Order: sequence, then structure tokens, then C-alpha cells
Amino acid sequence: MADNSATRPGHKRHNRGRRYEAVRHYLLFAGAWTRVAWQYRASVLLLAVGQFLATGLDIAVIGVLFTRVPHLAGFGLAEVGFLFGTSCTAFAVSNMLFGTLERVGERIRDGSLDVMLVRPVGLLVQVATDGFSPRRLGGIVQGVGVLGLSLAGLNVPWTAGRVLLVATMVICGVGIFSAVWIAGAAFQFVVEQAAEAMNAVTYGGSFLTQYPMSIYGRDGMRLLTFLVPLAFLNWQPALYVLDKPDPLGLPSLFRFASPLVAAVLLALAATAWRAGLRHYRSTGS
Amino acid sequence: MRGGVGTYLAVARYSARRYAGYRAATAAGVFTNTVFGIIRAYVLLQVWHQRPGLGGYDTSGVVTFVFLGQGLITSMALFGGGIDLPERIRSGAVAMDMARPVGFQTWWLADDAGRAAIQLLTRGLPPMLVAALLFDLRLPTPASPAAAAGTTAAGVWGAAAVWGLFAVSVVLGFLVSFGLRYLIALATFWLLDQRGLESAYTLFTVFFSGISMPLTIMPGVLRDLAEALPFAAMMQVPADVLLGNRTGASLVAAIAFQVGWAVVLLAAGRALTAHATRKLVVQGG
Repeated sequence: MADNSATRPGHKRHNRGRRYEAVRHYLLFAGAWTRVAWQYRASVLLLAVGQFLATGLDIAVIGVLFTRVPHLAGFGLAEVGFLFGTSCTAFAVSNMLFGTLERVGERIRDGSLDVMLVRPVGLLVQVATDGFSPRRLGGIVQGVGVLGLSLAGLNVPWTAGRVLLVATMVICGVGIFSAVWIAGAAFQFVVEQAAEAMNAVTYGGSFLTQYPMSIYGRDGMRLLTFLVPLAFLNWQPALYVLDKPDPLGLPSLFRFASPLVAAVLLALAATAWRAGLRHYRSTGS
Repeated sequence: MRGGVGTYLAVARYSARRYAGYRAATAAGVFTNTVFGIIRAYVLLQVWHQRPGLGGYDTSGVVTFVFLGQGLITSMALFGGGIDLPERIRSGAVAMDMARPVGFQTWWLADDAGRAAIQLLTRGLPPMLVAALLFDLRLPTPASPAAAAGTTAAGVWGAAAVWGLFAVSVVLGFLVSFGLRYLIALATFWLLDQRGLESAYTLFTVFFSGISMPLTIMPGVLRDLAEALPFAAMMQVPADVLLGNRTGASLVAAIAFQVGWAVVLLAAGRALTAHATRKLVVQGG
């Protein structure tokens, strides 16, 4: 990388060039891995069906619960579906982009991270595309499907602001979940065996944002707003879209803060990743 | 059956010792199980606040049910795995296993039992302890009405009897779990890859064992199906025994249900083992 920079004129241009390079490398690696996976077509298709069914079970659980009660914490089926759809879509996309980061601990243990470090490509791109498989798209279908159904079932006046906010929350949701994947991977530089603890924040975060956040009580909501700000993933913007009052009475500005929160979390995650990488020592022989 | 009881006890002991290592991974797993337990408890409490007594549980009963499920996930291997046989079949190392002067199935049963026993302590107890701090649980104590309802005797003996029955039910549930996973592992002899079957197993346990929700709240036919499948034996039945939801004839039926599935699955495993032994041609041989 160092001798690369000498050939480029301005620092700013160099930075933009690197970012463009990262995206290009990502697509290149993801494409290569997809071709690899596609050699085992039946396996990819079966695993995608598995992912599809696993997400389907989450929907089935909500379905069964709603045969017993008409609403959850004042949210009807379509409204819970809206939360589920936005959370699930954002998670599925982030899982496809960065989900393999959960295996960075394995890479550290077996020493294969060293091989990646000597390649002239950013490490994050390599780890994130490592074993990239189209099967991770399995959850997106449900997310988008449930979101579409819920949008049809919702009884709100569709203003331009609402439509824009729905699009924004899904994009920012991808950003927030991606930050969680990257930060979790950075943590594995410190504790190599922490991969399963990462599940609590990634899969756990996706699970808990499928439901109205008011079910976790006032303390739970405060925790999820200020400490682990998953409330900005879909809860806060959803309060505006669904025209619901905030049980905590937080300022209405919070409903539109998702882009800011996503940007801050991504920056923090990137810093954590770099710090983790500096902390990295090879396992040696 | 060849090999003495002492041999199998030694196998179980070494397996338990192997799984007692990896403390950071254990802590990470406990953390995740606990976080999921808390989220699920809050979701189900929303339902039970509206419908107290639904499915035969009060609010503290359903929270206890959720955490019993989280505590049993690893021990009962509800997400699959636990038996290292498939890898040994693929590598050919299984030839060594078959050459040992011990019963093949019993050897793996002992190995898996050691794993399950240690994980019942390391992965089962901590989530329960955290839950006891956060929620009202309903566990049999000498003073609790659950103990009196569970058996004819009250007080200390009543509580002890319920815990004893729970232990029996957990052991039977484990035998059912092993029986199923052993069949899946054996299938590697024919399929060379057990992952498809294993993910099917996980899908079924997630929905039909009770870890997503008590099977008793499922509607009509779905409930009948769930309560007839072997997955109920792994979590729903032991939890119901501990919560005192099974008494008298219903208790006998529950235990008989577990014994029935354990016998059928273990017998099938035995028959299939004989088949596999005759079929085995180690690569290169």
C-alpha cells in the first residue's frame, strides 16, 4: 500500500481511490467465491432453502403468538410485520455483506489470517468475502416479502416523508448491522473464542428488533437507545411511520437520527477494527 | 455388547474433560443463550400478560420455561452436532473406532453423554442463575405449591421428588436427542455429508422442541403434531415435569412417550450400525 500512494498525486484523491479499490476488490472476491460455491449447485440451493426456512420459522412463531393475542404491546400484526420486515431485510443484506466476519477468530487460530495479511488487498475486504455464498440471500426474500405485505396492511397515510423514511431506515439498518458485524469481528482479535458471544449482538440484535421495543420495559428501551443503540435501527423511525407516541417521550428529532447513528457506529466499528488489527499477533508455530 | 461399564465411564469422563476446556467459548455461549432467553422471555411475557394461564403456565412459569429451554440447548444439542463421527467417517479414521473391542454405538453414546453432562452444568446452570436474578422463576422448593401439585407428597420430599423426576426426564430426553443425532451421523456412511440432514434437524428442534415457545399454545393439528414428534421429548417434556404441569396419568404418559422414542431411535441406530459396518470400505482399501 505504501508504494502505491507514492504514485498517486493528491492525498484526497488517494483516499477516494482506495475506497473505490476496496469496493472493486470486494466485488471481485465475492464474484470469485460465488463461482466457487456455484460448483456445488445443489448444496448452495439446499443451504439457501435452509436459510429461507429458518427465517420462515421466526415468522411462524409470530404467527402462532398472534393466534392467541390481537396485539403485542399495542402493535397489531401488520405493525409487528413492519418491524420484522425492516429488521429482517437490513440484517439479511448486512449478513450477506459482512456475515463471514464471524469466522475471523477461526482464521486467527489456524493462522490463515497471516496469508491474507501479505496479500496487497485490504484485510477487511478479504475476511468479509471469505467463503462468500449466495445462500446468504435466503433471508432477504422473507424480509422484503413481509415488509411488502405489512406495508399493504398498514393503515397510515402515505406521505412522501413516510416513504422516504422507510427507505432510509432499511439502508441505515444495513449500516448499523454492518457496524455490529465489524465491531464483533474486531473484538475477536482480543478474545479469539468470542465468536459465539458475537451471536448475541448480531442474531440477538436482529431477533430483538423484530418486536416493538416497548416490550423490553423502560430500562430496556433506555439501554437499547443510549448504550446499544439498536432502537435507531427500526424502532425510532417506525414510531414516526406508524404514528405512535414514544413511550419514553424522547424528542421527535430521535425519529430521524438513524443516518447519524449509523454513520457514528460505522466510524466506531472501523476504528475498533483497526485497533484490533494492531493488537493482532500471529499464533506462530 | 462388548466392553465393560468401566470402559464406557472412562470414555464419558474423558469426553467431559475435553468439553470442560475452552472457558472463553463457554462464557461466550452462556452470554448468548442468556441474552436470547431475556429477549424471548419479554416477548412471551407480553402474550402472557394478556392471557394469564395460557397453555397451562402463569407468567413466572413461562419465564422459567424459556430459560429451561436456553439452558438445555447445548446439553441436548438442539442445534445439532456433539457427535464427531461424520468427520471420522469422511477421513477414514472410523476404521480405528470399529476396530476397538467395544460396542460402536455405546462408545459414541458414552462420549456424547460425557459432553452432555458437563454442558448441563457449564451451559445450563449460568443462564438459570442470571434469570433468577432478573425474573420471578417457578422452581420446586419445599414451600412451593408446584411441588405439592407435582406429587402426592408435600414439602421437602415433594420438591425432591419433582427434581428427581426432572433428572429422569432430562436423561431420557438426552437419549432421544442422541438417538436422532446418531442416526444423522451414521447417514454420513451413505451420503458423505450430513450437513443437509443436520440443518433439517435444527429447523425441527427450533420449532418443535419448545425452545421457541411452549408447544401447548400451538393451534389444533400443529400442536398434535408437535407433541407427537420426538423433539418434544428433548425440552418441552422435561420442562413440564419440572414445572409440575405433568402429574398422575399425564406424568406417566410423558415419561412413556420419552422412553418410547428413545427405544425406537436407539434400536434403529443399532440396526443401521450393523448395516454400516458391513458396508464400510475405507478409502484406498
